[in-house]
Amino acid sequence: MSREDYEVIIGLEVHAELSTKTKIFCSCPTEFGASPNTHTCPICMAMPGTLPVLNEKVVEYAVKAGLATNCTISRDSKNDRKNYFYPDLPKAYQISQYDKPLCEEGYVEIDTNEGKKKIRLERIHIEEDAGKLNHDEFGGGSLVDLNRAGVPLIEIVSKPDLRSSEEVEQYLRKLKSILEYIEVSDCKMQEGSLRADVNVSVRRKGDEKLGTRTEMKNMNSFRSITRAIEYEVERQIDVIDDGGKVEQETLRWDDVSGKTFSMRDKEDAQDYRYFPDPDLVAIKLSEEYIEDIKNKLPELPESRKERYLKEFNLSEKDAKLITSSKYLSDLFEEATAICGNAKAVNNWIISDISRILNETEMDPIEIPFDSKQLAKLVMLIDKGTISSSIGKKVLTELFENPKDPEEIIKEKGWIQISDEGAIKEVVLKVIEANPQSVSDFKGGKDKALGFLVGQAMKETKGKANPQMLNQMFKEELTK
Amino acid sequence: MNITEFTVHELQEKLKNKELTITEITKAYVDRINEKEKDVQAFVTTLTDEAISQAKDIQAKVESGEIKGDLAGIPIGIKDNLCTKGIKTTCSSKMLENFISPYNATVVEKINDENMIDLGKLNMDEFAMGGSTETSYFAKTRNPWNLTKVPGGSSGGSAAAVASNMVPWALGSDTGGSIRQPSSFCGVVGLKPTYGLVSRYGLVAFASSLDQIGPITKDVTDSAILLNLIAGHDKKDTTSVDMPKKDYLKALTGNIKGLKIAIPKEFFGEGINEEVKNKLYEAIETYKKLGAQVEEISLDVAQYALATYYIIACAEASSNLGRFDGIRYTYRTQEFKNLKELYKKSRSEGFGDEVKRRIILGTYVLSSGYYDAYYKKAQQVRTLVTNEFNKAFEKYDVILTPTSPTVAFGIGEKSNNPLEMYLADICTVSVNIAGLPGISIPCGVDSQGMPIGMQLIGNKFCEETILNAAYTFEQEIKFRENYKPEFKGGAK
Repeated sequence: MSREDYEVIIGLEVHAELSTKTKIFCSCPTEFGASPNTHTCPICMAMPGTLPVLNEKVVEYAVKAGLATNCTISRDSKNDRKNYFYPDLPKAYQISQYDKPLCEEGYVEIDTNEGKKKIRLERIHIEEDAGKLNHDEFGGGSLVDLNRAGVPLIEIVSKPDLRSSEEVEQYLRKLKSILEYIEVSDCKMQEGSLRADVNVSVRRKGDEKLGTRTEMKNMNSFRSITRAIEYEVERQIDVIDDGGKVEQETLRWDDVSGKTFSMRDKEDAQDYRYFPDPDLVAIKLSEEYIEDIKNKLPELPESRKERYLKEFNLSEKDAKLITSSKYLSDLFEEATAICGNAKAVNNWIISDISRILNETEMDPIEIPFDSKQLAKLVMLIDKGTISSSIGKKVLTELFENPKDPEEIIKEKGWIQISDEGAIKEVVLKVIEANPQSVSDFKGGKDKALGFLVGQAMKETKGKANPQMLNQMFKEELTK
Repeated sequence: MNITEFTVHELQEKLKNKELTITEITKAYVDRINEKEKDVQAFVTTLTDEAISQAKDIQAKVESGEIKGDLAGIPIGIKDNLCTKGIKTTCSSKMLENFISPYNATVVEKINDENMIDLGKLNMDEFAMGGSTETSYFAKTRNPWNLTKVPGGSSGGSAAAVASNMVPWALGSDTGGSIRQPSSFCGVVGLKPTYGLVSRYGLVAFASSLDQIGPITKDVTDSAILLNLIAGHDKKDTTSVDMPKKDYLKALTGNIKGLKIAIPKEFFGEGINEEVKNKLYEAIETYKKLGAQVEEISLDVAQYALATYYIIACAEASSNLGRFDGIRYTYRTQEFKNLKELYKKSRSEGFGDEVKRRIILGTYVLSSGYYDAYYKKAQQVRTLVTNEFNKAFEKYDVILTPTSPTVAFGIGEKSNNPLEMYLADICTVSVNIAGLPGISIPCGVDSQGMPIGMQLIGNKFCEETILNAAYTFEQEIKFRENYKPEFKGGAK
């Protein structure tokens, strides 16, 4: 049978690190990248006798996430212990939520070829992250770094509503932008602050029963998630087509070989012995508390997009791209507010900036320059201080070594030549050196003008004012 | 009278009147430890040298007026499951034989803030699991009344140290009777406060929903003084209750006229030793004489409390003790081929039998497929037990029972029979299950001269009621004046 005969069913468990200043059960900082075990205390190191105290901000952030994804917020929730042994889990249990999650029954809307589609959420719950093992760093052993232990996470569990890797990517991007907008997570995928467990199964079209699923854990890039799903779907279909059965197992995606490998099968399934954590009291939320958070929710991507269509006359496509990331969107609004040229800012973002982000696999949050610098770039072009082709060079420079664009062009000597005498000198020089083009132009070939202007630009290393060049050539050649 | 025979409130008087100095007191206790510890073996760690230099320092500071407070320079002993910064906290286990805590338990902080003097860390059943202190990895503590008998447990070291005057008072912990039962066996006063009255931060957890820290003292007045110090909300323990502070010392009026005492008949039935029962009946008569109204009641769900207790306590313990895994601060096996073997061997070698037994039990009752039948059912029964006690406290102020079905038994007598050992907790566990306060005070001795304990149970956060009831009784029978531990059976 062919791929068309099968339906793909995907469900996601997305873990997002919350951007609270301190950990979920102690007051250690959550900051990424500190030297090993410096962001620790007796509590997150699970010293005997220590007790957890729930960080209220974590509850607030999770409720925000729940409200922004249309969930029902539980008035009565609790923490449970998930018991298992691993050296990165110092208590030998993870404090999570089992049967009473904070948020339930929500949805996120995505755009598909067939229009809008709701991806239902089963739940969002809070839990603590584990530490990290550094293998083989010092003579073959493994060392435990507990800086991440106790960093707050939310786990967002979708229903099996996704039908393709494209939908998965759409869903993840949407989820990411929502979390960024409500400022509960910075969603830096490379740092692992947004990662997904992907559950994939296939079934023959028309079948009622779901196929056996496999789970791929801890995926943290869009590209590998897409590739992994594509691979896994093909693999499962091949297994079934060959008369075999898909085994329920946990898989590891290997980016280098482009294959999935079995980590453990159903037989090794762990019994986590969940039970309510007796060290923590129940989480009771009042109507006022939830209402208050609801009222303070910031503008979400969807409504920002609508506003951009009206307020700035952006195209649907551009508005969607810009609002897909809070950082891009903020960059757009702030830079526009400074320079007053929404169209130009929009063009920079959707073309050059997006291109560079794609090429370097950079997340918008990692853009090194700020809105003031982008606005300045736009203004320098608008004023004619630099040409737009110099502008592109300035942008590249902003990515590499961000500072005031005015300083950049001064240092690099990129200020546009707008001096009539200087322009004229170049024009005359180019005319003299290119008699063929001159006669072409005079013979009615307008294209030749472009060539001549290009030559003049080359001569001035791109610094000549292109409008002035154009005009000057026309003048000289029609004399 | 020897200095070490005084109660703490007597020592405070003598310090105030300048009849004694802090250094004299500490020195007397150090001498007493040097004399008696070889027989009693109540300590895991003694801090005698440190105590003497600390005493000199505090003495000087009190004289210069730098330190004030009427607990300054008072010595104390601390159960070895309370974390003490820079001093070993072993839980009497091979697993933590070399563990030095990087922080202080909240109660230890309070003791240090008062400039009290820590005489040492006291022996206990391993991880507080046991009723005889025989499961300690280090030593079997002996009962000062008869050295061939157990001191009870799990706070056996604390109770024996107080009874033998090696410390003026001590801190213990009580999960199912671990303060009250050894206090009963050793003829001293042990109070388990209401769950949530004292911060558990820094108490190495056995069963988090049942554990409470409490005082073990020579008399009820000292119990009230120490409770005044350790009670109170702690931001580090969210299960500790935030409520106005009480002065428990003020509650000791010596007047219990009209006090309503309930006698649950289930606690006086089969399995309770006759001599114990008779002594309790005498105590009841004393209470009547003192003006209390006494009535018999039925607390029939209490019979399920023991099974409920062992399911909940073991379930929580199986999770709480997971962190002792051979990776960081615990005992680690010498040789292992992989991670699984490291876990397996470290835990097999580091834990004693009783601890392993309870971890296995607890793991079982939380396993999928058994959770509902055991853990969930036990939680439901827990609610029933709590409701039944609540109902009784609508009518009565105090519930009076024996602390233990028997007096102290012989060392080795029950150590091979865990079920029989568990039965020793039958009178005390329901108090933890229901989160109530309970106090054990001596009410006499049996024909062999072994002390018998009486338990008074109060309503939640009504420690003042049971303390005053105990105090009034104590003033009447004057147990300490009439009976003293004789260290029988020693010097073999």
